[in-house]
Amino acid sequence: MIYHWDWSVPISAPYLGWLMSGLAWTLLVAGAAWVLAFIVGVGIGILRTLPNRAARRFGALYVTIFRSIPLLLQLFLWYFVVPELLPASAAHWIKRDLPLPEYWTSVIGLGLFTAARIAEQIRAGIEAVGRGQSMAAAASGLTLLQSYRYVVLPVAARYVLPPLTSEFLNVIKNSSLALTIGLLELTGQSRQIEGETFHGIEAFTAATLIYVVLTLAAIAAMRALERVVAIPGVMARV
Amino acid sequence: MGGIDADLIAAVAPFLWDGLCTSLELLVLAMAGGISLGAILAVIRIAGPKPLAALAATYVNGLRSIPLIMVILWFYLLMPLATGRPIGAFTSALVAFTIFEAAYYSEIIRAGIQSISKQQLAAATASGLSPLQAYRFVVLPQAFRNMTPILLSQSIALFQDTSLVYVVGLRDFMTAVSVTANREGHLVAFYLFAALVYFVLCSTGAQSVQLLKKSMVSQ
Repeated sequence: MIYHWDWSVPISAPYLGWLMSGLAWTLLVAGAAWVLAFIVGVGIGILRTLPNRAARRFGALYVTIFRSIPLLLQLFLWYFVVPELLPASAAHWIKRDLPLPEYWTSVIGLGLFTAARIAEQIRAGIEAVGRGQSMAAAASGLTLLQSYRYVVLPVAARYVLPPLTSEFLNVIKNSSLALTIGLLELTGQSRQIEGETFHGIEAFTAATLIYVVLTLAAIAAMRALERVVAIPGVMARV
Repeated sequence: MGGIDADLIAAVAPFLWDGLCTSLELLVLAMAGGISLGAILAVIRIAGPKPLAALAATYVNGLRSIPLIMVILWFYLLMPLATGRPIGAFTSALVAFTIFEAAYYSEIIRAGIQSISKQQLAAATASGLSPLQAYRFVVLPQAFRNMTPILLSQSIALFQDTSLVYVVGLRDFMTAVSVTANREGHLVAFYLFAALVYFVLCSTGAQSVQLLKKSMVSQ
């Protein structure tokens, strides 16, 4: 087969604008999903380490459910199934009045999926701090809340920074699944350009390079954060 | 839009079953290919000549920074161009998964190899094995034994990832469910059914991995 190269395609109008709009959506989905995933994930992760058995069970159930169903199917469930199962008024609001339904569905689906993975990292981080620390905190008269707030979490937070970096990268990459419910993020736009111009190689190359740059930037930012918050003398230099 | 009855289930069951078989076929073949290629990459990165090791590192880090959907679309586009004739979606997806998963498997295998004591390698070469033989018969068997649970967990993730062939229209389980759900007008029932199937398969798999891990520790 003969392929007609034209590297001007991804950097000329209107296709450059399509790619930039795709990049913006990728960042908007990944950013909002990350905030949701972080809040829920930290909450579930802490639940899994509490003395209360019911709390631990709930946390474990959440993680099992969200880790056992493919993300693509989870997006479909949020987009096609959940609105049908809600009370009529809520379903009506989602279908008629919710602005940007593809966007918010992607954020919720990706956020709650990632929360299960973050929860596992948080739990591992808290367990790595060791029981001795929380026992010492309890012995010195701190309440459970205080021991988490002032003793366990500050140390655990630093342990989990490296694994959280890879979860952050996963959110950026997984935001590409939003294209399956019709959100034209970066991958979706590059496919759109392929369909329009038949210059798929050039369009995919542009999108791939943007993902690589995003990844490198995210790694650099997280490494800088690790250096800033490192506890002198406690942890290996980063 | 009719109700869901025994006739409908009987009518769609073979189609969904074929889809599940396609998913499992992709899983098994991509696992075999991905672990083999991953092992080669890991050994090259640890023991290979510097330029080759750098090349392998670039391969692994490069692929790990791109979304899987992008990789699937790349191979769907490139394979027919490269071979000059139409290639089925299955073959291009299988190659994409093998190449992509090899990067992830290789990181697991590399960590597994690094957990083996250096004296094992020294003892193996001292007893007359070539470096290649030492890896093949001494280092890799021990490393693989240690990392089997993590390799299996990664494979459960791979099984879930096979659903992404949806973007190239390959009829795996996910796509078969989606096609049926839209044709029959029962999105809610079929998607919930698919969720149940994936949940049972993947949570059972994860539990088995936990049991395996426990039995390995107690040995």
